[in-house]
Amino acid sequence: MAYRVFASVLCGLLFGVGLVISDMVNPARVLAFLDVTGAWDPSLAFVMGGALIPSSIAYAFKHRRSRPVLESQFHVPENRTIDGPLVGGAALFGLGWGLVGLCPGPAIASLVTGRWEAVLFAAAMLVGMFAYRIVTSPRNAPRAAY
Amino acid sequence: MSDLNFVWPLSGGLLIGVSAALYLLLNGRIAGISGLTASAFGLTGAGINPLGLGFLVGILSGAAVAFAWIRHADFSITESSVLLIIGGLLVGFGTRLGSGCTSGHGVCGLARLSPRSIVATATFMIVAATTVLALRQIVGGL
Repeated sequence: MAYRVFASVLCGLLFGVGLVISDMVNPARVLAFLDVTGAWDPSLAFVMGGALIPSSIAYAFKHRRSRPVLESQFHVPENRTIDGPLVGGAALFGLGWGLVGLCPGPAIASLVTGRWEAVLFAAAMLVGMFAYRIVTSPRNAPRAAY
Repeated sequence: MSDLNFVWPLSGGLLIGVSAALYLLLNGRIAGISGLTASAFGLTGAGINPLGLGFLVGILSGAAVAFAWIRHADFSITESSVLLIIGGLLVGFGTRLGSGCTSGHGVCGLARLSPRSIVATATFMIVAATTVLALRQIVGGL
């Protein structure tokens, strides 16, 4: 387990550096990228494009390996069904992202600025995740019909 | 806001991609920050996940190092508490309901050509762009 946690920290480090130097952590930059009909700023297309190169190679290479280095098997979702929760959740997320300009990675990384706006957003995001947990907990699941 | 030399977003993107690649090849998992964050705080129903916690500690450390020594990025954000709270709630709830965010669906999902991730990414990009457009129409830009 220790090696896997160490690998997580290492991957997080690279991710955090990437978010800051790319300016993905700056909400004004993200909103300028999303503002496709205004003074569009294409910077973040380079972030997405750049990120897809190594990750595509890794996912292609995965087929040639039976297991990851530190685990006995891969844990990659096999679900291919496009359903309401997927589309509805993505739409709610897109609405929140467009209102402020922070998605989860930058929301975490921006905490190091110490700004109250970053803290308030991250706290609200955790409450939103907690709310999802509450509404989907077994206690609130529809009762089986007798 | 100043123009940004494309080398910064490109190299930042490459680092994020290397992170996702290593996380797959070492730990065998999707580097999706919404799921990792929820798991770090025990919000997935499976207790507190040390892998998620480790990833978050890494992001915070990497961001601190980058701000201090590599590139001091601007951080320009709305000062409206209402927008911050509503936006945060929507991002938190929406990413859990939709099983992922910009990293899990956008970076990892597109890389493996997952049909769910392609639909999710198209959805949140279109809704986010439409939201920015609508806000600009209503309040004349933020």
